[in-house]
Amino acid sequence: MPRLTIHEDRCKACGLCVEFCPKDCLALSDKFNPQGYHPVELVNPDECTGCAICAKMCPDVVFKVEK
Amino acid sequence: MKTVFERPQSLVDTSFHFCPGCHHGTIHRLVAEAIDEYKVRETTIAAASVGCSVFLYDYFDIDVVESPHGRAPAVATGIKRANPDKFVFVYQGDGDLAAIGTAEIIHAANRGENITVIFVNNTVYGMTGGQMAPTTMLGQRTTTSPYGRDFAQDGYPIRMTEMLAQLEGVGYAARVAVDSPAHLGKARKAIMKAFATQIENRGMGFVEVLCTCPTNWGMGPIEANKRIAAEMIPYFPLGVYKERTGSDFM
Repeated sequence: MPRLTIHEDRCKACGLCVEFCPKDCLALSDKFNPQGYHPVELVNPDECTGCAICAKMCPDVVFKVEK
Repeated sequence: MKTVFERPQSLVDTSFHFCPGCHHGTIHRLVAEAIDEYKVRETTIAAASVGCSVFLYDYFDIDVVESPHGRAPAVATGIKRANPDKFVFVYQGDGDLAAIGTAEIIHAANRGENITVIFVNNTVYGMTGGQMAPTTMLGQRTTTSPYGRDFAQDGYPIRMTEMLAQLEGVGYAARVAVDSPAHLGKARKAIMKAFATQIENRGMGFVEVLCTCPTNWGMGPIEANKRIAAEMIPYFPLGVYKERTGSDFM
């Protein structure tokens, strides 16, 4: 199973990863990060294929993807 | 377990100051990936510009010289001529390269300076407060074109890649975008080619990257990202405009 590491503190909640995830695995959470944004979280880990589209679209290099 | 994606080594492990959804971060990452790919981190000197990309020296683990507004190609010329064994690139926005620094980029290109140019076109002056740039689209509202850009008064958006591609000194010229995974793949490839052009001594490698500025466009990040395909690409067509091979080098 792929492993997605999310550097939440870096997330600015732009939502590009959520928009482009082909399996709708990601969503913006309700909590706040130190920058005051609602960071992205993995809500559907079973569907994640480790395609890394989220990581490539992210302007803030929030993701690390292993599989 | 194999790592599919991680932060490039040449990109310092710190937060960007860019606004949410701004593509500068994406383009910084692509450039850092190219530096890693060609293993030139120890020998790279960048000439940074003025604008949102001004903090390049904080984000790349390389040596950077800060240039006066628009003059990065002139600074890079000096660096490269004094140190021909170093890898030299400039990273400039459209206010910097296409307005204030028009003379510097055209003559550096015409002289065939062996440098790599990353040109970030977001159709607006970003850091200075969203003023109209030469690349601003017709009808686009900015702080200095509050009723929209009008060609009768302000002229037309300038297409830098087409203009520079016709100069003999340019070895590679391409326009790419980073608004979708497919475009990102092509953008990565173009930046790699622009790096290779310099390494193989084939003149200037020039890549224009279409990029968002959600803050100064008055849009959310997703809406701004969609504007690239809807409005910018039809006027600024993507593609490779010039690619010299060894055989046609004069």
